[in-house]
Amino acid sequence: MQTFTLAAMLLLLSSLAFRLGRGRALAVVGGEPRGLHSLPGYYGWWVALWCGLPAFAVLLSWLVLEPSVVRALVVSGLPAEMQALGPDRIDVLVNEVRNAALGHATTNPALAAAAEHYLRLSRIGFASVAVISVALALAGTALARARIEPALRARPRVERVVKVFLVASSTVAVFTTIGIVLSLLFEALRFFNMVSITDFLFGLSWSPQMSIRSDQTGSSGAFGMVPLFTGTMLISLISMVVALPLGLFSAVYMAEYAAPRFRAVAKPALEILAGIPTVVYGFFAVITVAPLIRGAGEALGLTVAAESALAAGFVLGITLIPLISSLSDDVITAVPQSLREGALGLGATRSETVRLVILPAALPGIVGGVLLAVSRAIGETMIVVMAAGLSAKLTFNPLEAVTTVTVQIVTLLVGDTEFDSPKTLAAFALGLMLFAITLGLNVVALHIVQKYREKYD
Amino acid sequence: MNALLPLGTIKVKAQGVNVHYGDKHALQSVDLDIRAGEVMALIGPSGCGKSTFLRCINRMNDLVDGARVTGSLTLDGEDIYDRAIDVVQLRARVGMVFQKPNPFPKSIYDNVAYGPRIHGLARDQAELDEIVMTSLEKAGLLAEVKDRLAESGTGLSGGQQQRLCIARAIAVSPEVILMDEPCSALDPIATAKVEELIDELHENFTIVIVTHSMQQAARVSQRTAFFHLGKLIEVGDTEQIFTNPQQPLTQGYITGRFG
Repeated sequence: MQTFTLAAMLLLLSSLAFRLGRGRALAVVGGEPRGLHSLPGYYGWWVALWCGLPAFAVLLSWLVLEPSVVRALVVSGLPAEMQALGPDRIDVLVNEVRNAALGHATTNPALAAAAEHYLRLSRIGFASVAVISVALALAGTALARARIEPALRARPRVERVVKVFLVASSTVAVFTTIGIVLSLLFEALRFFNMVSITDFLFGLSWSPQMSIRSDQTGSSGAFGMVPLFTGTMLISLISMVVALPLGLFSAVYMAEYAAPRFRAVAKPALEILAGIPTVVYGFFAVITVAPLIRGAGEALGLTVAAESALAAGFVLGITLIPLISSLSDDVITAVPQSLREGALGLGATRSETVRLVILPAALPGIVGGVLLAVSRAIGETMIVVMAAGLSAKLTFNPLEAVTTVTVQIVTLLVGDTEFDSPKTLAAFALGLMLFAITLGLNVVALHIVQKYREKYD
Repeated sequence: MNALLPLGTIKVKAQGVNVHYGDKHALQSVDLDIRAGEVMALIGPSGCGKSTFLRCINRMNDLVDGARVTGSLTLDGEDIYDRAIDVVQLRARVGMVFQKPNPFPKSIYDNVAYGPRIHGLARDQAELDEIVMTSLEKAGLLAEVKDRLAESGTGLSGGQQQRLCIARAIAVSPEVILMDEPCSALDPIATAKVEELIDELHENFTIVIVTHSMQQAARVSQRTAFFHLGKLIEVGDTEQIFTNPQQPLTQGYITGRFG
């Protein structure tokens, strides 16, 4: 809350600095903006940046460093016998001190004293940061204002700051991705220290039970990922069989046949499908589709599992319809009108035009969209968790229950877990494989889209 | 309106044709006869309705939302806008070449074979080959592309692309070919080739060409119609229109006083 007030105050100061800078720039040239190198507003921004940037930098670094600095100071203030404890115990103590500082009573007088100490440190720290940042803001403003003269190139300087800001924003996303990949990679490497990588990649049986004591039965778990991947592939295949024709045909209808008024209603309606939470689709699969398929199968004399791959794949396919249809719709609409007219002018019917001219021209884009949909299908979790079951059976029968990579990751990680057993670490290895596959698919999809895109002038 | 008596058979006859695009009255009560085997040039300033008229003849205006055509347009005496007319067959009889070359992103061969295939004009592969070769030959393109029929039509130069589109149109053996500023995207050399081609083609086809270039109209056409603000102002032999126009508007346009 205090931090928020301080930040608001700095923003206010910056906006004042903006007006000050602009006014000063105009005053320097006697109210004749043409005498300035840049527009007066740029001088305003320049002063505002000098006011705001250093101050916010100080504030931000305090926010980042505060926990560790204060913690180190509090720990060093603790009685010696407490400091001698292991790091885990000290963590617990520090937590207790924090709780005590927040107003929860503690029985230990040493900790109560430490809490006092903690509160005092935070207060002093914040006060000094507030003073420093406000002082920096004022100093920056004064300095920048004094340097304003007609020849000062304010515009390029402001533009440079804008560019740095934009670059910083985009690197955040890149570094986050790198961080995620690295964390997956390291945990997966720990797993491969315990289970050999060939067993993992090519093993045909999956039963990740590890015993706690070595004399229990089933002490050796099996970590072959093949059944999981066949399950994933089976469900993805079923979903694409559902989604590809429906999505593509609806896109063709929307783009080529539908009257504008129908399109205006139907397109948003189709996109609502994309807005339904997947957990709701999961209900739909479990409560409606699975019993339906089961009933139909029994009527035909087939045995259908309660949680069949068919039900999960079917519902998963429905969720992918909007993705395929809207991506295909975009590429179909991008096919130039002149090609359409050329075909129709030769006496082609609408369907001949679509089949022989539009779809071939749009094909690369459609293939790209389909690959994106496949990678979505492979990574989809909630629907398959609810509808696909847990038995890691190596089968291609869509009427049986199968499990998928994502389902297993969820089951391995929910509940009480210890982060040093192969059972838990296997989740990371699976995640890494999943990531590698979807990444590969995405790269191929983008490549296809870019390489084969018809360049219509 | 039409001062001259028809010499050849009338191929396309327009009587009182009006076109509305929504509220806009784009073409107002046009009467025009196009005779078999002639090249008819439609000239006039931008937005005068000449392309609109052209697109009425094979009902390409059907594709425009809010377009409404009234009046009578006949092809060999049959009403083009009759409900009984199959627009697909109509367009097979009235082919079209567009302003910008628009080859399909397919091979040169497939571009030309497209029309014959959808209309079932060839009984076997040999016959299809024959049609494709003759059409390319007639379009004056065969010599340039005969070694690379399997390459993409979009890889040709602009002028070659336009001649490919002409080959594609004549492969269906239409009776009338509509050309909507076929040379506006081409350089002078390619333009000269296309004009030469038009001159050869009108022995077998009736050609209606919209053009912004009056020299082109004078070079390729036998008769010229001048449109202005949605009205047909004057129609007559090309030579007469360019040397002795009857209407002051036509006179003003061809002498470059406006437009």
